[in-house]
Amino acid sequence: MTTSTLGGLYLADLQIELAGIKSPNPFWLASAPPTNSGYQVQRAFEAGWGGAVWKTLGDPIINTSSRFAAVSFNGQRVAGFNNIELITDRPLEVNLREIYETKKRFPNHTIIASLMVEPKQEKWHEIVKRVEDVGVDGLELNFGCPHGMAERGMGAASGQVPELVKKQTYWAKEVAKTPVIVKLTPNITDITVTAEAAVNGGADAISMINTINSLAGVDIDTWNTIPHVGGKGAHGGYCGPAVKPIALNMVAECARNSTINVPISGIGGISNWKDTVEFLLMGATGVQVCTAAMHHGFRIVEDMIDGLSNYLDDKGIHSVMDLVGKSVQKYSDWGNLDLNYKVVARINNDTCINCNKCHIACEDTSHQCIDLLKDPIGKSVLKVREDDCVGCNLCSIVCPVDGAIDMVEVKTELPPMTWNERQTVLSTLQTSAVKLS
Amino acid sequence: MNTKSKISFIDLASNFEEVEQSLSKREAYEEAHRCLYCYDAPCITACPTGIDIPSFIKKISTGNLMGSAKTIMTSNPVGASCARVCPTEELCEGACVLNHSTEPIMIGNLQRYATDWAIHNEKVFFKPGEKNGKTVAIVGSGPAGLSAARELAVLGYQVTIFEAEEKAGGLNTYGIVSFRLPQTVSYWEIDQVRKLNVEIKTNTRIGVDVSVEELLNNYDSVILAIGMANVPKIGIEGEDVTGVYDAIDFVKETKKKAIPQNFIGKKVAVIGAGNTAIDAATCSVRLGAKHVKIIYRRTLEEMTAYDFEYEFAKQDGVEFRWLTAPKKIISDDTGKVIGLQCIKMELSKESVGGRRKPLPIEGSEFVIEVDAVIRAIGQSRHLELLEQFQVKHKDGVVQLTGNSHQTSNQKVFACGDAIFGQGQGEAMVVSAAQQGKLTAYELHEKLGKQSIGIA
Repeated sequence: MTTSTLGGLYLADLQIELAGIKSPNPFWLASAPPTNSGYQVQRAFEAGWGGAVWKTLGDPIINTSSRFAAVSFNGQRVAGFNNIELITDRPLEVNLREIYETKKRFPNHTIIASLMVEPKQEKWHEIVKRVEDVGVDGLELNFGCPHGMAERGMGAASGQVPELVKKQTYWAKEVAKTPVIVKLTPNITDITVTAEAAVNGGADAISMINTINSLAGVDIDTWNTIPHVGGKGAHGGYCGPAVKPIALNMVAECARNSTINVPISGIGGISNWKDTVEFLLMGATGVQVCTAAMHHGFRIVEDMIDGLSNYLDDKGIHSVMDLVGKSVQKYSDWGNLDLNYKVVARINNDTCINCNKCHIACEDTSHQCIDLLKDPIGKSVLKVREDDCVGCNLCSIVCPVDGAIDMVEVKTELPPMTWNERQTVLSTLQTSAVKLS
Repeated sequence: MNTKSKISFIDLASNFEEVEQSLSKREAYEEAHRCLYCYDAPCITACPTGIDIPSFIKKISTGNLMGSAKTIMTSNPVGASCARVCPTEELCEGACVLNHSTEPIMIGNLQRYATDWAIHNEKVFFKPGEKNGKTVAIVGSGPAGLSAARELAVLGYQVTIFEAEEKAGGLNTYGIVSFRLPQTVSYWEIDQVRKLNVEIKTNTRIGVDVSVEELLNNYDSVILAIGMANVPKIGIEGEDVTGVYDAIDFVKETKKKAIPQNFIGKKVAVIGAGNTAIDAATCSVRLGAKHVKIIYRRTLEEMTAYDFEYEFAKQDGVEFRWLTAPKKIISDDTGKVIGLQCIKMELSKESVGGRRKPLPIEGSEFVIEVDAVIRAIGQSRHLELLEQFQVKHKDGVVQLTGNSHQTSNQKVFACGDAIFGQGQGEAMVVSAAQQGKLTAYELHEKLGKQSIGIA
């Protein structure tokens, strides 16, 4: 099924524009194994993907055999995904020819070329010119790949040094005619620093996150790393659903930072339309997906498009672009949170199935405020002592039944007061106290 | 869960292979992960032996099958058999909290998965306790006897089991149909007990091969785990002819290596509608019988067979004739069964002892053509043996003193089917196992204190 046959059903407009780059929908494939060749990217476009960031071009490398590993959680496969594959291992000419052919076949779809070269001005100038010649819609500078290439001074190695981010962005921008997106590494203390460096270097947009340094596991029988290459392992890059909260925070931190005034392409564990909506609300203009496609194939985009369209229609939102950044102002520093806001747990005993998980979680690891009682006929009844409940949410998190535990707001007599406001009040009091004395 | 349903008329033995397929590793893993790991879980309370079910399931989910099987076997010495024969929907699975949200956890199948692993890997879980110099004789090696023996051996007693049959295991070895419980499972559980230096003297009938006096004189204590005896006569004309079977003996025959061939194409009537009647009927089908009818004088409502057993029999094509009582067995000149005269019944308006009484409808007699009649109307008791032990009993049901498993003879304890009936006890394998455990603890409480007293 293609987007065109679906298109007529929906009211909402899924088209996005990111730093001048237009795309039929916000769903792009990230630069990764799924975008290794023209064959794959064309299949992806046929399936409905709005864009693709071509697997990173540069001097072709040699890959290892045995490259991927995944983390299963309680039987759920690919909760997290780890890889030690490097950038493209195909000659640049081959990639360029296929980009040209793909773009010709799909002129309305977005093709971004991901680039990685040594941190030298002439290298950047050369590659930018060559890829722009074949008609890409934009460039993505790969300053994020954490393994292998970083050992050669590229990828995350340069992405971790703000000065190198700025300088290389600048070199690319010196010759680029298409928009330049800088892809950032999460393997850094504060991503806003490198994001700002990219902006200062002239980036038109930033994308995040690249993968996180990881070791997927150790085989407890052979004691080998997972994966291993002939009995030896090296750290890889972690992605997939497990990294989504990390990515979402980094996107949000950049989105709410006024000095980082460029659009963001959101990446990291996005598996469906709901994840997409969350990233858009937190400031991303479009998303990039890899692991979910590697797990299920390109066809997953059908539900992404369908789900997002239905969501927008349900909410009466005309354009997907209207979602971008709508939750950013709701994200702040801890010091701006109201200390007098209070929620408590309420257990609905009609819905409760008496697994008692809330009781033991609260009793052992939180604030000991859920009593496990017996009613007159000996049935377990759970009751929250609301005065002792701190509203931590743990019980509602471990509860396996929807609607059995509600976190309910309790009105307090006290006016809202944040930590920052409290500190201000306290310091004012101290100052006046000093003055009085 | 895959079940085998095809009945072969060529390879009868294949009909007696276990019906329920075991869970695959992946199925077990996924099902184990579905368990909520409840705190103070109702499934534990619902299990007569109190297996820590969330714990054994958690251990399956982490790949700790050794720990999982040990958790099961610690609480239930016949836990591998119970995984197969327990009416789980009435016990653990019936109590699972997920009944109120999605689907209950397949606790029985997971228990089977863990114990099968132990069987396959020849694991041994227990060590005999340090000898305390006390001896106990257990009469009967069924679930109750084995369970008591296991606990006592771990506590340091020298235990000897006396078993009248050729093989140990009682009901689990002889009474439960092979396609529910293969004998190998029962044998493994027996071996677990034997490895605790418990001596099992098979082919040894108390009161015949060894006298009751000998037992009472030579052991510090005796446990009667003698179960029940044969199916009594129905009390109708023609019961002694060829082709009339006792359901217990009949099932026992199907558990032997050489599967009987003489039921192929035959018409069979089973009298009674308890779980044993279902076993007799479904075994008949598996022996190649053409028509199998269950004749029951009451209705579906009063039938004592478990629902799943009833469903299973229907799947096997067993026909149920409700409100029908046998009146006379008809035989030919050679003394072979050729027919069963039945009479239609109706239930009394008033109930007697909680059940409406079946009453014959005059003149409603009819004859059904049969080649075999299997009686499955309950089991009689080992009255003579109880008399020899001089323990109080009510129609063969051993009477216990106080809230214990001690009989009127202070030296003699009793558990299992021997104490079931007359409003006392439960007839499940799992209850017998629990009674065996409790008997062992009570016995230990008594003898253990004595030894302290002597010292």
